[in-house]
Amino acid sequence: MSAHSSSDSNNSASGDSSNAQASRWIWIALFAVGAIGLACNMFLRQDGLAIRHVEITSAERVQARVVIGAGADSLAKPAQLTSDAAPLAIAAKIWVEPQDPRFATGEITRVDGVAPVIWETQKLLTRKEAAANEALQTHGDGKPAVVGANELATAAPDMQISFADTFGVWIAAFLTLAIFSFLYRDNPIYKVAESLLVGVSAAYWMVNGFWTTLVPNLFAKIAPDLVRAYAIPGLGVSEHPQQDMVLAFVPLTLGFMLLWRLAPKGGWISVWPLAFIIGTTAGLKLVASIEADLIAQAAATMKPLVAYASTTDSSGNAVRAVSVWSSIGSIVGIVGVLSVLVYFFFSIEHKGLTGKAARVGIWFLMITFGSAFGLTVMGRITLLAQRLEFLFYDWLNLS
Amino acid sequence: MTTDEHNTAGGLRAQLARVSNLDRRWIFLAMGLAVGVPILLKLRFPEVPGPLAIATFNAIEAVPEGSRVLIAFDYDPASEGELQPMANAMLHHCASRKHKMVFIALWPLGKQMADETIKNVLLAFHPQYQYGTDYVQLGYKAGNESVIKMMTTNIPQAFPSDASGKTLSELPLVADLESVQQVELIITFSAGYPGAKEWVQYAKSSYPDDFVLVAGSTGVQANQLFPYYPKQMEGMLAAIKGAAEYEMLVTAKYPVTKDKERFEEGRRRMGPQLVAHLLMIGLILLGNVAMVAGRSRQSRGGQGAVR
Repeated sequence: MSAHSSSDSNNSASGDSSNAQASRWIWIALFAVGAIGLACNMFLRQDGLAIRHVEITSAERVQARVVIGAGADSLAKPAQLTSDAAPLAIAAKIWVEPQDPRFATGEITRVDGVAPVIWETQKLLTRKEAAANEALQTHGDGKPAVVGANELATAAPDMQISFADTFGVWIAAFLTLAIFSFLYRDNPIYKVAESLLVGVSAAYWMVNGFWTTLVPNLFAKIAPDLVRAYAIPGLGVSEHPQQDMVLAFVPLTLGFMLLWRLAPKGGWISVWPLAFIIGTTAGLKLVASIEADLIAQAAATMKPLVAYASTTDSSGNAVRAVSVWSSIGSIVGIVGVLSVLVYFFFSIEHKGLTGKAARVGIWFLMITFGSAFGLTVMGRITLLAQRLEFLFYDWLNLS
Repeated sequence: MTTDEHNTAGGLRAQLARVSNLDRRWIFLAMGLAVGVPILLKLRFPEVPGPLAIATFNAIEAVPEGSRVLIAFDYDPASEGELQPMANAMLHHCASRKHKMVFIALWPLGKQMADETIKNVLLAFHPQYQYGTDYVQLGYKAGNESVIKMMTTNIPQAFPSDASGKTLSELPLVADLESVQQVELIITFSAGYPGAKEWVQYAKSSYPDDFVLVAGSTGVQANQLFPYYPKQMEGMLAAIKGAAEYEMLVTAKYPVTKDKERFEEGRRRMGPQLVAHLLMIGLILLGNVAMVAGRSRQSRGGQGAVR
């Protein structure tokens, strides 16, 4: 028997080895087919390479002088100025388009000696838009290549390849495939992508925390003028700047105390701000949980076991009738709540009636976990579908 | 049982038992194909709107036309696959009802998601919308539930300016907005914390009759939120299925003439869902049969016990 087992074991080991070898070759073949497919798509199909185009639009603004008569509001709506406006009081300078119709009516006048400002804006085009523009451009004279209803379309807009956006698509595709590569096995490319994600996320959160928390909530209180000049031009003016500044020193001090735990001595100092954080968070969450999760949920559970619904009888009169499905829903809900509560009640041994109720509670819990798992699976498959859509449509242009 | 039958049955059990040792990479490949092939074939199945999607649609319909609506983008690109179809359809729905929209984000990247949706849906399909009077982007505010709590008492304190730095008093839509109780509808696209749960806890529970709350939620979070429907949350869309059903309802009543694909993302992703779910069910059944077969082999003398 022992010899037989040993022989089985050897056979099994050699079988596993040959299976692994075969499996490896199958995977190599699959990867090779995939790589050839990619190469064919890129070099044999006209749109096989993901290339992004942008539409270039030039804009120009010149400085003009507008005379304000009806208060500051007119600055926002200078077109409303008319010759019978209120007495002229302030002359303001604004930037307008060179073809602004108000030049002709005399509402605004060009400021001499100030150079116009010219810039370009880029609008990322979808593949459809880029193809349509390309068709217009290839015609040469800016008219559409295809005669039809759209023949009166305007001249082809200025379009060019956006290297930044094209590079972005390729980087995104590479990183997606790099993360997917972990499904085969852990590898350096996956590690690079993973490290990149961790590093970028950490840096993003740090910068984000600085600009969205420290600057508006601390620095803006301590040095509002400085913040207004260099960070937030639209920062409002406080009615009590001195009071705000003094109060801002409280969180600043607590913050320094929290950092004290990094010091070799006096780690206990960080316990105080921690106590403050825990206390305020607990207070905030306690009230909300009691209100929304305890009282409101308990109230929602207290409903009649037999539910009635308004309906009409054969003669069209409104009557109340028992709603079977609502009643079943109510009963299931109440049985579920009670049985799960019994399951989590450990002061009594789960025997007899209590044990049976707890058993029912387990069933309800299992169904809940199953439902949660099903929804999670649905979510994950959606994420995979979205990534594959990106690879197929945005990167490989397969649509 | 004859010897041949016995051998055949034993061979089948051995084959099934080997399934337990199947290299999981084959399962990954099968899942990739189950999702990828329907995408390439553009496989779609008809959707029947469920009670949750209908309730959500009706909740938004019931709000008077031209109401002020607060829309919170509480998600980031990681949940875009599930929540963006909902956001697209809901913005189109709200704009079709001529609602005035105030956008905020409790997630740092939520502002960017909102900007994209405004550009691709609001301004693309409803170009008459003007910034300041018809919609306002207040941007991201750090502070999680504290921001919600603050918004129930003092919105200008929570958001002194919009995302571009203009003070709220310069923007007619929000110039008089003091608290969330002044909006008729709050919509949150929720991927976790902070999200729909916090909106229920810190806003809706305190002011249950002042506004309607609807949420679009990821599948992972949906189970947490079901208990709040319908008393604490008048509408809720759960996962991509909810998005697909809601898209159907919205486009049936407010059809679009161009770029229809924008409002078909949810339905498009339900095709791969079905095939992938069938694969999973098959694998679960196969795994259980293999386990039973393995146990049976063990009980028959330990030959080729499942490792």
